Amino acid sequence: MSAPWTNPLRQEQDRRLPRIAGPCSMVLFGVTGDLSRKKVMPAIYDLANRGFLPPGFSLVGFARRDWADQDFAQIVHDAVREHSRTEFREEVWKQLAEGFRFVPGEFGDEQAFKTLRRTLDELDEARGTGGNHAFYLSIPPKFFGSVVESLQQVGLTAPEKQASGLPAWRRVVVEKPFGHDLASARELNAVLDGVFDPESVFRIDHYLGKETVQNILAMRFANNLFEPIWNAHYVDHVQITMAEDIGIGSRAGYYDGIGATRDVIQNHLMQLLALTAMEEPVAFDAASLRVEKQKVLSSLKLPTRLDLHTSRGQYAPGWAGGEKVVGYLDEADIPRTSATDTFGAIKLEVENRRWAGAPFYLRAGKRLGRRVTEVAVVFKKPPHQPFDAVQTEDLTNNALVIRVQPDEGVTIRFGSKVPGTGMEIRDVNMDFAYGGTFTEASPEAYEKLILDVLLGDPPLFPQHEEVELSWKLLDPVLDYWAGHGKPDPYESGSWGPQSAHDMMARDGRVWRRP
Amino acid sequence: MIELSETTSSAIAAEFVAERARHGSPAMGMVMTMVILVDEDSAHQALDDARRASHEHPARVLGVIIGDGRGKGRVDAQIGIGDAWGGEVALIRLSGEVTKHADSVVMPLLLPDSPVVVWWPNDHPVDPASDPVGLLAQRRITDAASVRTGKANALRRLCAAYAPGTTDLAWTRLTPWRALLAAALDQQPLKVRGAVVTAEKVSPSADLLAAWLADRLKVKVTRETSPGPGITSVVLQSKEGPVEIERLDGRLATFRSPDNPDRPVALKRRDVPDLLAEELRRLDEDDVYAATAKKLVAQYGRTQQRRTPSRKATAS
Repeated sequence: MSAPWTNPLRQEQDRRLPRIAGPCSMVLFGVTGDLSRKKVMPAIYDLANRGFLPPGFSLVGFARRDWADQDFAQIVHDAVREHSRTEFREEVWKQLAEGFRFVPGEFGDEQAFKTLRRTLDELDEARGTGGNHAFYLSIPPKFFGSVVESLQQVGLTAPEKQASGLPAWRRVVVEKPFGHDLASARELNAVLDGVFDPESVFRIDHYLGKETVQNILAMRFANNLFEPIWNAHYVDHVQITMAEDIGIGSRAGYYDGIGATRDVIQNHLMQLLALTAMEEPVAFDAASLRVEKQKVLSSLKLPTRLDLHTSRGQYAPGWAGGEKVVGYLDEADIPRTSATDTFGAIKLEVENRRWAGAPFYLRAGKRLGRRVTEVAVVFKKPPHQPFDAVQTEDLTNNALVIRVQPDEGVTIRFGSKVPGTGMEIRDVNMDFAYGGTFTEASPEAYEKLILDVLLGDPPLFPQHEEVELSWKLLDPVLDYWAGHGKPDPYESGSWGPQSAHDMMARDGRVWRRP
Repeated sequence: MIELSETTSSAIAAEFVAERARHGSPAMGMVMTMVILVDEDSAHQALDDARRASHEHPARVLGVIIGDGRGKGRVDAQIGIGDAWGGEVALIRLSGEVTKHADSVVMPLLLPDSPVVVWWPNDHPVDPASDPVGLLAQRRITDAASVRTGKANALRRLCAAYAPGTTDLAWTRLTPWRALLAAALDQQPLKVRGAVVTAEKVSPSADLLAAWLADRLKVKVTRETSPGPGITSVVLQSKEGPVEIERLDGRLATFRSPDNPDRPVALKRRDVPDLLAEELRRLDEDDVYAATAKKLVAQYGRTQQRRTPSRKATAS
């Protein structure tokens, strides 16, 4: 064929038509995990319900269970019934249910992978999945190596050309943690990149699937109102907070030795920082976004005195939201001597013209005052204040707060005259509620991300360079902490240890109470 | 809901502000004003549909019931916010002379700057774009499948009167069908030689689908009749064999394509709030609908030309 085929039924201006993924299947490793049941399976159902999955889409479970296809279908059914966002409809279930398969086996068992290979070949034949398969590794990273190797051995990583002449694809999806330091991250990347080409490795950072996070880019670059003041001339500093009110729950095995900094600062908070601080991308596509994110991540610099400008903590017993809760060291399966940080706070400088002099403060922790994730851009005081000190006593810095979750939206905080005869100025809030109304119909992060994997649309997935850059930055902090005693205890339900407040006070600033 | 009898637009507007203050001035973030022109019998259903659509698109909803046009003009209103609404709502009843000047009641109640949408859930004016209330709006939504009189010709008349910003829910209903058909050709780049659309006898959606396929594929599209419900099958013919989507129960379809196994695919008929929500997502002109409407009118013109001489023949 000389001219490339264009589908006459697709037109650029026909924006009603959703992009439906091409024929494909997804193989889910780690079927019984929380994430699979609460997020991945419901998201697949919701996608099917909204009409985004191709006819014939198939879901293959792979796990160390002695199950038949029906047992797996039952697990998916229960997960969907309990956790799906959209209403359960029999006809949608029917469309999906014919495509459920289960392959029992160990992650290194060649026989099981041969069965998997046969199953996928059968699906290509019977369901028309066209040789396109995504492998979703919802398993601990230590098994990645053996799974990927086994996939390669049975020839599942390199697709053959299809009968129709369209190239088939194989993609691999992984979840955080992307390693626990630079060396392990590189090792992990080597395992994946050794077998799949980098464009086929999808690292899920579910924060990037959130509407409010994507809205940061829309707000900054689609408007003319914010960008002129989005720099150190007007911005005093930026605070990025991710607070959880819960403890570690039953995740002791995963959490101990990892801690808040590795668990969320390295990925979610660094990505939020990158989106808040980066320059305007040339276009909203994967390559342009990646370039800008990498640029800003590589211009980050740690303070020289890590003792003065970082803080880590560990929650102690206390009262959280009217409930008496135990300290971290008393949680089940946590060694009494554990030095894991359940709270981390770090000051970062962005060394470029836009941000020099306006630091970014990141903090994340468990058992804090309430569950909230936000980016707060705190502005400088006006260079000259015509009102006197008494009149502006209640006026603090102006702020623009992007509320990522819950109650998604944007708040602008500024001064306003208090009604009355005198001139008195006090802070008021102006709210845009993304949450209250819009999100009722807005998809879960996982829906968006899984669909992007099936469509092969990578803008929202961090590449290994980004992962390595953020580890490179955090490694010195983690090393410093490892060599200097234990985290500072903080009372559960408070806003972190005293050292975190001291670190801000040294710069003449305070943490916002989010 | 607050009742206002023998009132005016400014009293209604003042009541909106007072209602908001009573609710503690919540951030509403309303993105548009939606005017519903409806009769008494359907008002309740239409407002309920709009309420459900308002969850995705917080709006000030103005339900306007045009009553008896005789006698002295009178405006009555019920106003509310909250209560599962993603915005504010007023149900306004007009009677007497003012029924001819509904636009004068609506105009002062439009939200500043934001877009205005007018929706006629049942009967609509012959030319929505030149209707006084329609003129206030960027988007005018009709529903050819729900008109009470002259259903068979409603769609053709609407297409003939097409103006930028006008759409019909019969077109919205097609989106899942069109998406599947487009996806079918994404998967198998076939050269389509002809197509058949089968649906119940009066089905504005089926007529639009046939026009769209004819316009895009440049082939002859045949329209067949079945007992329904709605559209029951679409076939695209090609050298390699037919691509067929068949849906007999209005819920679950079977997808057939050459060299592939049959596959079930959920294709439920959607209800009005879903359709409205889709319609409100984009408020600019729908170019594809414009082209399809033009095609539909042109096709009809050709069938008329063919029919006219044959009638003469039987007469003589």
